[in-house]
Formats: sequence, structure tokens, C-alpha cells
Amino acid sequence: MKLSRRTTTGAAIVAASALALVATGCSTPEAPTEGEKITLTIATFNDFGYTEALLQEYMDLHENITVVHNKAATSNDARENMFTKLGAGSGLSDVEAIEVDWLAELMQYSDLFVPVTDPDTNNRWVDWKTAAATDAAGNLIGYGTDIGPEGVCYRADLFEAAGLPSDREAVAELLTGDWDRYFEVGRQYLAAGGEGAWFDSAGATYQGVVNQIKNAYEQNDGTVIATTNPEVKAAYEKVLTASADLSAHLGQWGDDWFAGLANGAYATMLCPGWMLGVISGNAPDTKGWDIANVFPGGGGNWGGSYLTVPKQSAHPEEASALASWLTAPEQQLKAFANAGTFPSQVATYGSPELEGATNEYFNNAPVGSILTERSQAITVAPFKGVKYFPINDAMQKSLTRVEDGTQTIEESWQGFLDEVNSLG
Amino acid sequence: MTTAKSTATRSPRRIAWSQRLGRWDIKLSPYLYVSPFFILFAIVGLFPLLYTGYVSLHQWHLIGGQGDFVGFEHFAFLLSQRAFWVALGNTMSIFLISTIPQLVFALIIAAVLDTNLRGATFWRMGVLLPYVVMPVAVTLIFSNMFADQYGLVNTLLGQIGLGPIGFHSDALSSHVAIATMVNFRWTGYNALILLAGMQAINRDYYEAATIDGAGRIRQFFSITIPQLRPTLIFVIIMSTIGGLQIFDEPRLYDQYGQGGANSQWMTLTIYLYNLGWGQLNFGRAAAVAWLLFLIIVLIGLGNYLITRRISSNEAAR
Repeated sequence: MKLSRRTTTGAAIVAASALALVATGCSTPEAPTEGEKITLTIATFNDFGYTEALLQEYMDLHENITVVHNKAATSNDARENMFTKLGAGSGLSDVEAIEVDWLAELMQYSDLFVPVTDPDTNNRWVDWKTAAATDAAGNLIGYGTDIGPEGVCYRADLFEAAGLPSDREAVAELLTGDWDRYFEVGRQYLAAGGEGAWFDSAGATYQGVVNQIKNAYEQNDGTVIATTNPEVKAAYEKVLTASADLSAHLGQWGDDWFAGLANGAYATMLCPGWMLGVISGNAPDTKGWDIANVFPGGGGNWGGSYLTVPKQSAHPEEASALASWLTAPEQQLKAFANAGTFPSQVATYGSPELEGATNEYFNNAPVGSILTERSQAITVAPFKGVKYFPINDAMQKSLTRVEDGTQTIEESWQGFLDEVNSLG
Repeated sequence: MTTAKSTATRSPRRIAWSQRLGRWDIKLSPYLYVSPFFILFAIVGLFPLLYTGYVSLHQWHLIGGQGDFVGFEHFAFLLSQRAFWVALGNTMSIFLISTIPQLVFALIIAAVLDTNLRGATFWRMGVLLPYVVMPVAVTLIFSNMFADQYGLVNTLLGQIGLGPIGFHSDALSSHVAIATMVNFRWTGYNALILLAGMQAINRDYYEAATIDGAGRIRQFFSITIPQLRPTLIFVIIMSTIGGLQIFDEPRLYDQYGQGGANSQWMTLTIYLYNLGWGQLNFGRAAAVAWLLFLIIVLIGLGNYLITRRISSNEAAR
């Protein structure tokens, strides 16, 4: 495909003709005026743990700099915003957060980002985190923030009511094993009269399974194998067969799902580090959530993000310095304390701040040491290429179709095949 | 010859300039006065329209930009896609479910407002209130009410012994839910326009009808509706255009915004958005935009023909 910079008009024109679009809050980069005073914008999504206090610290260190923080609700919103404005050639923040699932799509345009050059960042992150954000020319374009080692979150009170062990060591022991073991314990829970369902949704559970497959949808050279890969179909069928009686059938991130976090609609859910903040933030009055140091089928990583500096930034140097500072081990530890975003920075592992971290909401669970152990259990770094995001989106939709009862497992698989083939 | 010569010698000099100005003033200035609209239209209407057409004939990536010329390949692809026809069907279904009840209720509300109410201004402003609320806010509130398991609507239905409705799984139910949001927002607005039309109807007709012994209902159908025709046509055309371009409501109806797992409420504009911003394929998105444009033109033409027929019927009377 030919690359051209004429997309500026292209994007604007098509956007205008797209009849009605959600208005995206644009911030025009401010021209550097009156000497040194600079405003840097940073855009994140969900909760990175970058509180006002943390950003204020940076402003105190650099008196000429004001940092303005914009937060998007979901990673999907951030992705659309990123691609629209990257195509338009302007409008992005000075520092933009990106998620690992759509990193590969951005890597095709790695020349639109300022490479990471700060010598302090050498060997700052775990190898696979850096490797994923390094392009063919050897330029690293992302400052790693967090990774998503997964444990299992569970409702200790519901476990107890169903006669299952409820302290987190015993639960870890109970659930140790593969996915079949996890589903089997679920059936025991329901048979014992457990309240609600065993897990929240097929979609979320499938995320756990697929993130343990090395090449789920694409081979390393980018060839799409999603429709023929027996591992994918097996994962799809296994999760859906289990979800028929074990799932609460609540689509993740939906209104019902958030309500279910608080009202005991399900007893367990897969829990990457960043999910802890989501649970405690959305069910602040619910007692009983806890996290167990165990994950079906070994270890798993779900999500994790980077900070990037687009070349369209008016202050690339200052923005790079800010991104580097925010992703330094000291700051990431503070972010972890704020939102449970588990560090990707090697220097933090084993540090007392991380090891000793506990979470009051989760019955004072030692989340630091649990998640460290969960990260060590990760053996597979899934390959996520250019098509990963749209294919996984199609998969999530076909899981939902079975969950809400519109289609059978077979019909919905056919729909998945059609959708992947039409991606073209 | 002589006349030509005489004009040739006489034509230049003093009067010429002001005369020429005067002629320009008469011939040119009307065009100048209307030109701002047309210049603006050319920039923000015509040019984007044509440029979208140009994009639709090429491979075009959101960031990568222009690729190879592919002719009408995108159009052929779209017309062979089930998703396109599903989107078209959904758009039509939501359009019908929203527009028809909306107009019926708007007519009834306008008729009630047209009577001598106490605090007429209060009631008139009252019906406009939903229109003032941001569509995004309306959608968020309604989506919460229509949540499948813990939503207000299904909870209420459960209490009177009716089973929960799958507002996010059954296509027709989702259309009804989305149409409810549209109706909430636009019924009052349309009612006010219809009310303005009703107020312009000559009161003598009603007086005469009352003397003849016609009741309120008979008056409504025999005087109000026929007299309201031009206003009704305007309201119908406006709702048609709005209905076919519906975007905010289905986009925010669930957390993914892609029109449902089985494309239950994926309208044409959502389909366009998925292609352009989800798959980053601007060529195909532009082709959908053009197809949508053609569909609206087609329906617009249909409206025009019906309108002509109605007016010629009137003239025949």
C-alpha cells in the first residue's frame, strides 16, 4: 500500500460526510509562547493510577510545565481517538497511552512516534514488554507502564455460604489445575447451592484462555489462522459449553456487569492487576471480594499499556521526559498503589514497596506478592499482530451471541468465520 | 453605419462608469447576495460529497491513506455482504418504529395544546424539554433502564409477572428500545411545529363546524388534518432524514457501540463507523456513505412525488 500524507484532508472530509459522529474533544497543541511556559497534555483510559497528586509532583519538579490529564472511558475509545487523529496528523495529546492489544496496528506507523532515547530507560522493562514495542528498525516507541498478570478474584462470603473454603490459600489450592478444574469447582459451587453464577461472562473467561495461546489468530509472519486454528475453536467451545450453566451471562463492561460486581451475580472472575481498581471502584460497598494466588492453566497476562509520544506533539522533548518520568520504577509503584496497575519495570520486582503492598478492599490481600508470583507463572507471550484486535472483537461478538441465546454454538462459529473472512 | 458610428463616438466618458456599475448592480448583486450560501455549500457540502466518492473508488486506510484505484469493487463487496442488508433493514425498522408513533403522539399533543389550556406557555415549553437534553445523556439513562437483567424496565415487567425482555439480544426489542429514546427526544419538538401549523388554521372553519354540529373528533379529522398537510409533509421529510442517519442512540446503546453481537441494532451509520474506524478501511466506509446518500435521495424523491400528488389533489378540488 502506498503511504501518503494526503490523509489530512481525507480524514477530515470523510469525517464530515459521515453524517453524524460523536464529537471528540479536540485539544489543539499550544504554540510555545513567552519563553519557557509549556502545557503538556497526557491522555489515558480506564485508570492508570496517575492521580492529580502524582502529576503535581512532576509540575513541582519542573516549574515551567503544566500537565493536563485527559481520561477516556475504555481502551476502545482511546484506540478510535488515536487512529482518527493520527490519520488527521494533529489533535493528539503530547503523551498518549496505548494498549497492548492494538499496539501491533500502531507499530505499522512507528515512524509517526518519537522513539525512546532516554538512557535511563535502558533495561527498564521486562524483555517481552520492550520487544513488542520495538519496530523493524530497532526503534522503541513505547514507555511500558503496567502488565496484567492474572489471578482469580472471588467472593469469600459466597464461597463460605456454599460450604467451600474461603481463605485465599485454600481457594488457591482448590482451584489449582487446568480450566476443566476451574469449571468443575464451579459446578460443585452451584450444586452446593451457591448464590448467583460461577463466573461473570464467557467473553471475559475466553480472554483468559486465549491469552495462553502463543499464536491464536495469526502466525508470526502475519498470516491469519484464526478460522482454522484448532486451539481457537477448542477454546471457544470449551468456554461456551461451561458458560451454559456456569456463567452469569453478563457482557463485560455493560451496565448489568457493573451491577453484578456489587450484587453477587457471580462468585469468581479472572483478575488482572488493573481489574482490582475496577472492582473496588464500582462496588465500593460490597464486602467479601478477595483475590487468590492461582490461575487456571498456569499463568496468564491480560492487557497492559504503554505511553507514547506522537511526532505531531509540539513539545516532543518535554513530552518524552514526562513519559519517561511517569514510567520510572518509583512512579509506577505509586501508580500501582493507586490503581493496582502491576509494574512492567524490572527494578520494582522484589522491592519492599511492591512485595509489601496490600489491598484493604480485598480483605487486606498481599496483592503485591500475589501478582509478582502470578507474573512469574506467565510462560506464554501471545503473538498479537495487526489483525488481532478486529479478530478478537469478532470472537467476542460470537461468544455474546451464544450467551444471550440468539444463536447456537455452531451457528455463531459460522458467523465468526464470515466476519473474519470479510475483514479482508 | 451611422448609428453605430454615433454610439461609438458617444459611448465612452462620464456616464459610462456609473452606468456600468448600475448594470452590474442589477445583474450581479442578487447572485452576490445568495452566493455565501452556495460557496459555503460547495466547501462543506459538495466538495466532501465528491471527495467521499473519490475515496470510495480507492483502497484507503485511515492512517496509511490512499492506495490503489479499485473502481466499484467496494460497492460490489458491500452489496454482497449480509451485514449491509441487515444494517439497511435495521435502519428502516428503527425509522418506522420511531417515526410513526412519534407523529401520532405529536399530533395528539399538538391538538391538546391547541385548546385553551391554563398556563399554555408552561405546557408548550414542557413538551420541548426533552429536546433540550443532550442525546448522549438521554441514551445513557435509557440504556441503563433497558439493561437486560437489572434494568428498570425488566424489573417492572417482572413485578407484574411478565418475563424479562432481551433488549440486547432480540432485534425487534432492541429497535423498540432505541425508538423509545428517539421518540422521547423528538415528539415534543414535532408537536410544537405541528402546533404552529394548527394555530395558523382559520378559526372560522371550527366555528362553522360547531354550528353544523360536528364534534371535536370530527373537527380534528375533517378540518385540522387536511389543513395541516404542508406542515405534516415538512415534519415527515425532516424525520425521514433524521431517522435514516440515526447514530448516537444505537452507538451508545451497549458498551461496545458496534450495533450488537448479532448486528441486532447495527444501523447503516454504525456499519459505516465500524468499517472506517474499527477496521480502518476508509474506502469501504466511504462507499457506505455514498450508498446511504443514494438511499436518502431515493426516499426524498418518493416524498417529492407524494407531495406533488397531494397538492394536485388539492388543486382539483
